[in-house]
Amino acid sequence: MRPGSPASVLPSPGVAAVSAPDMRTASALTAARLALARDLQLAFRRPSQLVQPLAFFAIVTLLFPLAISPELSRLKFVAPGVLWAAALLASLLALEFLFRDDASDGTLEQYALSGQSLTGLMFAKTVAHWLLTGLPLALTAPLAAVSLGAPATAMPGVLLAVAVGTVPLSLIGSIGAALTLGMKRSGALLSLLTLPLSLPVLIFGARATQLAIGGASILAPVELLGALAVLAVTLAPLAAAAAVRISLE
Amino acid sequence: MTWTWFHRLGSPPYVYGLAARLTPWFAWPAALLIAAGLVGGLVLAPPDYQQGDGYRILYVHAPSAWMSLMVYTTMALAAAVGLIWRIKVAHAVAASCAPIGASFTLAALVTGALWGQPMWGTFWQWDPRLTSELILFFLYLGYMGLRAGLEDTQRADRASAVLAVVGVVNVPIIHYSVTWWNSLHQAPSIMRLAKPTMPAVMLVPLLAMLLGFTLLFGALLLVRLRGEVLARERTASWIREAVSA
Repeated sequence: MRPGSPASVLPSPGVAAVSAPDMRTASALTAARLALARDLQLAFRRPSQLVQPLAFFAIVTLLFPLAISPELSRLKFVAPGVLWAAALLASLLALEFLFRDDASDGTLEQYALSGQSLTGLMFAKTVAHWLLTGLPLALTAPLAAVSLGAPATAMPGVLLAVAVGTVPLSLIGSIGAALTLGMKRSGALLSLLTLPLSLPVLIFGARATQLAIGGASILAPVELLGALAVLAVTLAPLAAAAAVRISLE
Repeated sequence: MTWTWFHRLGSPPYVYGLAARLTPWFAWPAALLIAAGLVGGLVLAPPDYQQGDGYRILYVHAPSAWMSLMVYTTMALAAAVGLIWRIKVAHAVAASCAPIGASFTLAALVTGALWGQPMWGTFWQWDPRLTSELILFFLYLGYMGLRAGLEDTQRADRASAVLAVVGVVNVPIIHYSVTWWNSLHQAPSIMRLAKPTMPAVMLVPLLAMLLGFTLLFGALLLVRLRGEVLARERTASWIREAVSA
């Protein structure tokens, strides 16, 4: 940080400065909002980053009718598993974008030095990540479900389950991404670290989707997903911030 | 009351010597208990009225499964101590635990599969406890993978410690979410304090095996810890003295 210069969020070249509030004196909430706005703005300048996980999700979904059978009556049984495995893999793929650029251009170091709570900033970054990957996945998943033979009445349930379930996925993933920061060829390791911890989400998410397709109430598994989300919101940013600090040392 | 004994546990040369002195105190009782437990379990205990002699693999399977969890807990505790108080020796303990725990987990999986073949008619069932055990194995692999991927020892220590602590928060969640399915696995039959469903002639060898495996873990940990301390302190002058002595 150059002495005397305002330590704002240091936008990358080409990004309109988020300006006004000073990162050192801003309240924690303002700082988090600035970090969130910056991540969203950067992502919308590079739409391919947004589209790739979705395309990946669609391709993985496409694999199964080709591999199993085109009969919708048979696909309906595997649809919940297919959707969730694809969503898990897509969100894993998207984790790569969470910290990589910020680590290489020094933004993460500036965050750590800004005097703001790194936990809060990590949470803001994860919220941005969820808005950019979890939410689009949740909006796409009902279409994929219908293409796999689910009735149209299942669409709201699938949307809700994926929307809630991707929250803990993003948060757990942020820990794995922070731990593997700066490592070369971290892809396989990242999946080895993240996937075992994500399995409860897969179990309850697939159960909710199964119930939605069967026309039953999805309340119980969605509540469990919500509980996982709340737990992840409270604990994961702490762990991610600790992991980022360790990686920056 | 002085706290010097506690502070000395943070000193690598002291721990190196202490581990060497303690090892036989773990290794010999472990060998005796495991030998006695094997004789008791494989020879003296009567065949089960339902499973015949097939149940006898329990005497290796159950202690391995027990150790797989206990080693993970030990590892996470040591990692947390290292992370909070920045004690290098604690990180060395955590690093030494991982391969031992992974081996016990693998042993539990393999013996479980061998037991499943005659009893369930298949080597593998997607049964909650087998599945949680498999997930635990992957947690160990992830921990070791992260350590191996980070070259700087200090960063590897602290990053893997965060992972171990995150893992220990998750293990119960994973376990209970996996139990969501119906289980083929028999309900626990030892930990009922009121009235064990196992007759003493079967139970006593099992308890001997449990204690023996726990002590075996202690002995293995001490040996690995010495290796770990040697590797970390390889440039220190006390090593030359310790080796030449």
